[in-house]
Amino acid sequence: MALLELPTKNRQKKEAPPEDALTGTPGTRFSRHLILCLVGLVMLYPLLWLISSSFKPSNDIFRQLGLWPENWDFSNYEQGWTALNQPFHVYLINSLIVVVFSIVGNIFSCALAAYAFARMEFTGRKLFFALMLGTLMLPGHVLLVPQYIIFSQLGWLDTYLPLIVPNFMATNAFFIFLMVQFMKALPKELDDAAQIDGCGPFRTFLRVIMPLCIPAMATTAIFTFISTWNEFFGPLLYIQNQDLYTVPLALRAFMDSEGQSMWGPMFAMSVVSIAPIIGFFIAGQKYLINGIATTGLK
Amino acid sequence: MSVLTKQAPGSAAALAEQSGGQRRRGNSRRTNQRSGYLFLLPWFIGMLFTIIPFFASLYLAFTDYNLFTEPNFVGLANFQVMFEDPRLLQSLKVTFIYTFVSVPISLAVALLIALVLNRGLQGLAIYRSVYYLPSLLGGSVAIVMLWRYIFGNDGIVNGFLGLFGIQGPAWVTDPEFALSTLIVLNVWTFGSPMVIFLAGLRQVPAMYYEAASIDGASRWRQFRNITLPLISPIIFFNLIMQLIGSFQTFTQGYVMSGGTGGPADSTLFYNLYLYQKGFTEFEMGYASAMAWLLLMIIAIFTAINFIASKFWVFYDN
Repeated sequence: MALLELPTKNRQKKEAPPEDALTGTPGTRFSRHLILCLVGLVMLYPLLWLISSSFKPSNDIFRQLGLWPENWDFSNYEQGWTALNQPFHVYLINSLIVVVFSIVGNIFSCALAAYAFARMEFTGRKLFFALMLGTLMLPGHVLLVPQYIIFSQLGWLDTYLPLIVPNFMATNAFFIFLMVQFMKALPKELDDAAQIDGCGPFRTFLRVIMPLCIPAMATTAIFTFISTWNEFFGPLLYIQNQDLYTVPLALRAFMDSEGQSMWGPMFAMSVVSIAPIIGFFIAGQKYLINGIATTGLK
Repeated sequence: MSVLTKQAPGSAAALAEQSGGQRRRGNSRRTNQRSGYLFLLPWFIGMLFTIIPFFASLYLAFTDYNLFTEPNFVGLANFQVMFEDPRLLQSLKVTFIYTFVSVPISLAVALLIALVLNRGLQGLAIYRSVYYLPSLLGGSVAIVMLWRYIFGNDGIVNGFLGLFGIQGPAWVTDPEFALSTLIVLNVWTFGSPMVIFLAGLRQVPAMYYEAASIDGASRWRQFRNITLPLISPIIFFNLIMQLIGSFQTFTQGYVMSGGTGGPADSTLFYNLYLYQKGFTEFEMGYASAMAWLLLMIIAIFTAINFIASKFWVFYDN
């Protein structure tokens, strides 16, 4: 398990050095900036092209390499919004329902499990913890067929339950691991003080530990948001009814039905679908970067 | 493991022992036991939904289950069929090429950029964000769709090549090139290993470099003899995570080919074929056997990596 020790080990070492002084000559620094800017530009170009294409008439899109539309066309958004069975906001709301429940489920169930692993004593804790770490590496498709059978027996096909309920059962070991790391860093005296003041374990958890774990919960929430919002396989498997489609399924349906002619509207809806991710990214960068630096989450 | 489970000194139980009498101690310990399990209750239920399907799928792998009739035990038949199934072999080939080309390239790019970014440069946070953003989007349907049009016959890639008078191929519809567009897409998401590399590079004490440059070591020697050994655990970590992730690629192949794995099965990823077998042809016994084969492949590669790591990963204790 050396692999998983690594982030902890690094964390326990001395704090990272403060911002280093500038190194190298102004010349070498300039060339480094030049390289970095060029790479950055190449990387962002597809995204910028997508956004700019969403404002171009469909006929112009593949004629112009440039980013600035010669003819602005806002009707792409109007057309795209109504091109499918349902107006596009229905799919946005569907995705939002799945995302919100997934976030709530992940935060509570993973925090509960993490609290037990990080700060409580009970028989079998080490064994369960090892089991939990084992599931970190278990590829999900091994469970796929039996889980599908269980969910269909329960009558959950064409509902969001298969996408939501597992999140309430602490099935995402990454987040448990992240929160365990975080909770271990909190001083143990907090629990003792709360206990002396008459708090039971649950009140200690709810009133003392949870408020201190807000950064870890924010990381969990943002990662859950992004992965659930992008999630394609689960909805593809469980949702057949077009009215229940989440955004990725709606986009795929768009591509299948209109993709050959309506590039503009399709790109417009693509922009709509990734805008929340970019928004969350900008708002929660700090938590994201810290989160992946400590657990190696994608 | 030891680091993670080490108990902090002065735990609640120990403190209760100091302050309370015999009876209270016993009570508190029992309460702690019970509430420990109570806190883990959701996780226990979740584990049931993991462990039962885990063994159920192992069982189904040896049956001809098809969702509509009772499963019949067929022994190793599924596995025998697999080795004669040309599409299965093709899907393994696609997945291996994709993994063994894109993972080394994206890790190399991630490390290179992290090194350029690491020390003494203004604007680190901005660069880091710009490079990291694509890795959040790479798996989304919108971006894979975008890729399809960027690499389309008259997409911007060919438009750009056209500026230099080069006639680009039909990337998406030519079986020779379709997979390479997805490899490019995967390399485009090098940001998440890069952020992990950056965090690792920050832990390398600056004094090592100072000492080395006083001794006259070149930049290359410093990289080779200081940086590389000290971040080898991070390289190892990234390698394992990227391998496991890319063996399981699905969305990219599905969206790029409209669910078929085409053209000519050139983007038929293993998991895409598994999906087709299990959920469009309902050969769920066969799909379970496929899942177990991939699990074993992943386990073998991870084990090889762990063994090989003894020779190149350096743990600084």
